[in-house]
Amino acid sequence: MKLSTVVYAASALALSAGFAHADGHSNADVKKALMDAQAAITKALDAMGAGATQAYDFPSLDGKQVTVVSWGGAYTKSQVEAYHKPFIAGSGAKIISEDYNGGLAEIKAQVEAGNVTWDIVDVELSDAVRACDEGLAEEIDMSILPPAPDGTPAMDDFIAGTLDVPCAVPTIVWSTIFAYDKSKMPNGPKTIGDFFDTAAFPGKRGLRKNPKANLEMALIADGVDAGQVYEVLGTDEGVDRAFAKLDSIKDDVVWWEAGAQPPQLLADGEVAMTTAYNGRIFNAVAAEDKPFEIVWDGQVWDLDLWIIPKGAKNKEAAMDFLAYSTSTEALAKQASWISYGPTRNSSAPLVGSYDGKPDLKMGPQMPTAPQNFTNALQNDFEFWADNADELNERFNAWLAS
Amino acid sequence: MTDVTHFRDEKTGLLLASDGTPLKTKLRQSLKTSRRRAFLLVAPLLLFIMASFVIPILGLLWQGVSNATYEESMPRSAPIMRAWDGSSAPTEEMAAAIVADMIDARKAKTIGKVATRVNREESGTRSLFTKTARRAAKMEAPFLPALEKVNKKWTELETWQAIKIAATSMTPAFYAAAVDMKYTAEGEFVPQSEERQIYVSLFVKTIVVAGGVMLCCLLLGYPVAYLMAHLPAKTSNLLMILVLLPFWTSLLVRTTAWIAMLQAQGVLNDLFVFIGITNDDARFSLIYNMTGTVIAMTHILLPFMILPLYSVMRAIPPSHVRAAKSLGATNWTAFWRVYFPATVPGIGAGGLLVFILAIGYYITPALVGGQDGQLISNFIAYHMQRSLNWSLAAALGGILLAIVLFLYWLYDRIVGIDNMKLG
Repeated sequence: MKLSTVVYAASALALSAGFAHADGHSNADVKKALMDAQAAITKALDAMGAGATQAYDFPSLDGKQVTVVSWGGAYTKSQVEAYHKPFIAGSGAKIISEDYNGGLAEIKAQVEAGNVTWDIVDVELSDAVRACDEGLAEEIDMSILPPAPDGTPAMDDFIAGTLDVPCAVPTIVWSTIFAYDKSKMPNGPKTIGDFFDTAAFPGKRGLRKNPKANLEMALIADGVDAGQVYEVLGTDEGVDRAFAKLDSIKDDVVWWEAGAQPPQLLADGEVAMTTAYNGRIFNAVAAEDKPFEIVWDGQVWDLDLWIIPKGAKNKEAAMDFLAYSTSTEALAKQASWISYGPTRNSSAPLVGSYDGKPDLKMGPQMPTAPQNFTNALQNDFEFWADNADELNERFNAWLAS
Repeated sequence: MTDVTHFRDEKTGLLLASDGTPLKTKLRQSLKTSRRRAFLLVAPLLLFIMASFVIPILGLLWQGVSNATYEESMPRSAPIMRAWDGSSAPTEEMAAAIVADMIDARKAKTIGKVATRVNREESGTRSLFTKTARRAAKMEAPFLPALEKVNKKWTELETWQAIKIAATSMTPAFYAAAVDMKYTAEGEFVPQSEERQIYVSLFVKTIVVAGGVMLCCLLLGYPVAYLMAHLPAKTSNLLMILVLLPFWTSLLVRTTAWIAMLQAQGVLNDLFVFIGITNDDARFSLIYNMTGTVIAMTHILLPFMILPLYSVMRAIPPSHVRAAKSLGATNWTAFWRVYFPATVPGIGAGGLLVFILAIGYYITPALVGGQDGQLISNFIAYHMQRSLNWSLAAALGGILLAIVLFLYWLYDRIVGIDNMKLG
């Protein structure tokens, strides 16, 4: 209903301008008509904004604080803008934002020492499942999650299957892709196979120092169908095949560990192409005008979720923060800061354009956009929970050999 | 002299103190007081060292051989699994105990820990455990076929063998894994499959790198220390500041500075391209490999070699070399036969210091080591922080400690620890 007000006002603006022109009214008249229409739009937008904040019923948390832990850089910034700021304004709580580099080690140490200083943590799906299984995370009552604006209950609003972990609520869909510098490679790579083809596309390659996603991409590049990757990887021959493919570019690889590194490696010219988290490359393009291009072929996508460590000191406030930050509006807002897809179906239509750049539409930048999603693979958390130890060992031995 | 008899007990002939107690007792008392005072003075430091050093190390050594995750969460099946011989067919008793334990462990939310522990012995058992536990409450006797119905992995002997190993809390399995061996359910040690062998070669590599860094430090540090000890005070003070300034700078800053210097688009490579040693397409890879690790570690550890050498060289009287020369020795002979032997205690101290620091080096290889410049401490950190296999990390740490102690002992046997001079 509110959206229609805006549309109405916008058409009023266009119409009045058009009429003014056609009728040959004086400039002052046109100006006045335009100003009227503009005022109408501003009013409508204000009403929408106010409506949006009114729509969410913040609890009063004056004097409380929440320690929110995430991955830093552009990703944390998107969360600060979309979750922290409105939550602080609405509830009066204080938020302490900390960065970490993933993994469960710190959470495990805090829980086992009985001194949990983190209240809510952004983790990958495999870590969320593991934290839940090992009793490192609080169970979450999913009924606290707000329904979609049209009344759809949260359980039906989240992408099917993503609310299955009883201790975690998903926020984004992110993806491991590979990217290159358009200005240095005008006829750049098109497929994941090209990434492994150092003859046709000479230059160093950046890869994450971790078997996860690398082995999958190697197999897809070697001609395995995305749907069969984990089946193949489940056999010894499949693992050999993936390592053989990686071996073919081993001498040209520069290894990265933190998500902020790949855009830097590309910008410095240290690598010709590199795997990366898609949001980081998008951010370098959108915020720093870097000439980077993402190749979506063979992307490996995954979820990020909130978990609340067992025994968190500010559990109640953390639950309130979790409920707000996974609301339709907050998820949609985050997607205007970084190109990670919201996990609620109702958020998707609300995703607009990049903050401050109205012509940079966010929709086509998402890993789940249809044209990006043709040859995509979901990271299989169960496969990695089972095989991470063995494959990490083999990967490390392979690296050192 | 006659007074002496005055202080002597007439019956026993013992010497007495002025208050009449035997002198021996008195002496013992005063010794006791002074000893107690000394102990009390040292006590804070002793307590500190016990709490922050000795007890954690003992705990670490203990964790390397003991992992009670399975036994704590699955108390019924643990003794039954331990009693099983590891090769005969699994029995109904074993299956029933495991199912009963799984129901409890799932309620207590510890099934994930158990699954992770078993998965370290046999990949794939993690999901087997979590999935089976989800359905355990609904299972009915006989349990063995019920398990096998859930997943065919329960029909495989390897699964049961992995459980048996995990059920044994005191186990050499982690120390075996730390030297690329596998401890089997039958109690034998077999070599780990070839593509997963990594730790032995890493230990060797770590020792070689530490030795290499020590040699580089000696070759670079000896002339500097010599200059510092023999130049006039004004110049040698300046040199001392140049040595100490980096010593006082943060380790991270120095390591990052090396990244800026050595990377492909870095200062050194730009210089090489500029003066024509190489061209733009063939820049040297000086960092993110072993070269980078050795260069950065040598630079960072150099003061630990220079300072002991300097203090030893300062103490060598210049008259010794002059005397040798006046007796007809050439410059070289005077240096090699007279001066150099006198500096050996400094070389010993500096060498040992650099070597022991280098063998446990962590941050620098992590930052500039790339793929082949990683040392054993990076893998200990990996198992602490990433794989969360603390027992394996403890076993690797225990072996590293044993290597350092062994080398220390060797040093003591060959050079003698009393010959070492730190300043």
